[in-house]
Amino acid sequence: MSLRIVVCVKYVPDATGDRHFAEDLTTDRDAVDGLLSELDEYAVEQALQISEASDDAEITVVTVGPEEANKDGLRKALSMGADKGVHVVDDALHGSDVMGTSLVLAKAVEHVGYDLVVCGMASTDGTMGVLPALLAERLGVPQVTLLSEVAVADGQVTGRRDGDTATERLAASLPAVVSVTDQSGEARYPSFKGIMAAKKKPVEELQLSDLGIEADLVGLGGAWTAVDSADARPARTAGTIVKDEGEGGKQLAAFLAERKFI
Amino acid sequence: MRPDGPQPVERQLPTDEAHELMALVRDLARREVRPRAAEEEDAGVFPRGVFTTLGTSGLLGLPYPQEYGGGDQPYEVYLQVLEELAAARLTVAMGLSVHTLSCFGLAEYGTKEQREQYLPAMLGGQLLGAYCLSEPNAGSDAASLRTRATRDGATWTLNGGKAWITHGGIADFYTVLARSGAEGPRGITAFLVPGDAAGLSAAPPERKMGLKGSPTAQIHLDGVTVDDGRRIGEEGQGFGIALAALDSGRLGIAACAVGVAQAALDEALAFLAGRRQFGRPLSDFQGLRFMLADMATAIEAGRALYLTAARLRDAGRPFSKEAAMAKLLCTDNAMKVTIDAVQLLGGYGYTADFPAERYLREVKVLQILEGTNQIQRMIIGRHLLGPETRA
Ligand SMILES: Cc1cc2nc3c(=O)[nH]c(=O)nc-3n(C[C@H](O)[C@H](O)[C@H](O)COP(=O)(O)OP(=O)(O)OC[C@H]3O[C@@H](n4cnc5c(N)ncnc54)[C@H](O)[C@@H]3O)c2cc1C
Repeated sequence: MSLRIVVCVKYVPDATGDRHFAEDLTTDRDAVDGLLSELDEYAVEQALQISEASDDAEITVVTVGPEEANKDGLRKALSMGADKGVHVVDDALHGSDVMGTSLVLAKAVEHVGYDLVVCGMASTDGTMGVLPALLAERLGVPQVTLLSEVAVADGQVTGRRDGDTATERLAASLPAVVSVTDQSGEARYPSFKGIMAAKKKPVEELQLSDLGIEADLVGLGGAWTAVDSADARPARTAGTIVKDEGEGGKQLAAFLAERKFI
Repeated sequence: MRPDGPQPVERQLPTDEAHELMALVRDLARREVRPRAAEEEDAGVFPRGVFTTLGTSGLLGLPYPQEYGGGDQPYEVYLQVLEELAAARLTVAMGLSVHTLSCFGLAEYGTKEQREQYLPAMLGGQLLGAYCLSEPNAGSDAASLRTRATRDGATWTLNGGKAWITHGGIADFYTVLARSGAEGPRGITAFLVPGDAAGLSAAPPERKMGLKGSPTAQIHLDGVTVDDGRRIGEEGQGFGIALAALDSGRLGIAACAVGVAQAALDEALAFLAGRRQFGRPLSDFQGLRFMLADMATAIEAGRALYLTAARLRDAGRPFSKEAAMAKLLCTDNAMKVTIDAVQLLGGYGYTADFPAERYLREVKVLQILEGTNQIQRMIIGRHLLGPETRA
């Protein structure tokens, strides 16, 4: 039977753009262009490699996000080579935190059917990195996170996790959830042919009701976290110039020590 | 509201897929092309790997038919791709333009069998082409070329020397113009010569003022034999093919010039906003703002003209005059813009620590190749007045 791989991807505001908060203190998505989170490109890449190494695999990319998440997010993954997409879009999702998102993703992944779920190590906007673990818990399957190498064989997913003090080799039986790091291998660029082919690939649009999720469990109202206030980053101030008149090194060290860098 | 400073160019593109193509190109330019440009140009390193990446992404055959592995894109789109790449590194964009030029003859004048046999590999991204028209003694007067092609049954033998060949020595195939008949433009035939043909060799690359990453070399053809199946078009049709290729090639050069000029303007904008003199940012001084305004206007005018010519071409209408005008205007404007960019950066602009001086050195060649700007004026003059009469 074919290996069913689901990749969870996020549509995020461009990190190089000027990001702002809207009045309700959620990210103002209208003010800046969005794109597929670069960290999720690694997940798509690993899924593609696993799929290329297996006789028969199908990759579905799943995203929970606003209207544009399809065209500017999912489509990139499809043009890289994924087979089909699922887009959960619903006004009630506005303001969801990771608890809400993981709930919706879990239902969507179950809806698709899966043997292996691949996630990026974190999103480039929220950078929490807990979603893969939450997702695995909600699905009730093993989680093998933060892998820099991953492979699937004989109903198992195996991988390597590089820690600060040790390198672990991990394995889990399928179905399972993995997340891969930015050390797992550069993501491929889509080809122009891939871009054109992506247009014809199916993307299923789902609402909360299609997944049987109560609206009050998600969105701002259902969030477990709340943003009380947010301030714009203060403008950069002029730096301190240390003139070396014999004591330059000491002055530098003192400057760094004062700010607890050393 | 748009923030101040350099902005991505607001592009008019005909389709959604062209917008997505452009996003891919910008991504490639930002991540693969620009970061190593200064260092490799300084060291004279040709970025073969970048061409492989462009090839796998399907960018080495954009304006050619899909059935032969091309991208089926109109010139209006292909040229804007070139422009984006030129803003990142001229060696790459000009290389792509020359590669496209070298495929032109076979794609437009080849027989169906020839196209089926050769084009997919030429457009597929793994191979790089070169175009051999110029000779040491046949530059602007290209019709006086002397490289000989002699026929013996189904085999042609080529002898002679070509000059100024972009990708000379590293190309996988060469489109070569050689004299198969009498003196003059009607005695010339075009051939597709494989890069590894016995008797084909390259001299050491020229030591140039700029564009040092792009090898330009003389090519020696010493008894190179090619099958008649590698003859492009009819015997004696070669010069017509060469000129038709150049009409399109010139549009590529125009787009390259606009790209470099845009990069120079962006560099100047960023610099002026960041530097203060007399207690104010330099960008506050009206004298400098007026220079920037003129630069931006020159760039936009050039872009509009090359796109007008491209859209005529895409509509199947004559575009030769407009192509010459676009090459002339875009490259002359780019020269002015890059000189002004150096001026705006002051002493910094004169150093190799900033790219402005490199842009200046690079665009100079665009006023020279694929028909000098004097030759472009001559072409435009002929469109206006007909051929010159000589007593
Ligand atoms: C970096 C580089 C890459 C190149 N790549 C290629 C390539 O890939 N393939 C290829 O075939 N060629 C290539 N060329 C050659 C280029 O096309 C020629 O250099 C160009 O056509 C000019 O020829 P020339 O250098 O012999 O100059 P000349 O023709 O000798 O011209 C010298 C000067 O006289 C002027 N002039 C000549 N005739 C007239 C006239 N009738 N009226 C007014 N002015 C005139 C010219 O404008 C110029 O200013 C390349 C050149 C360079 C520098």
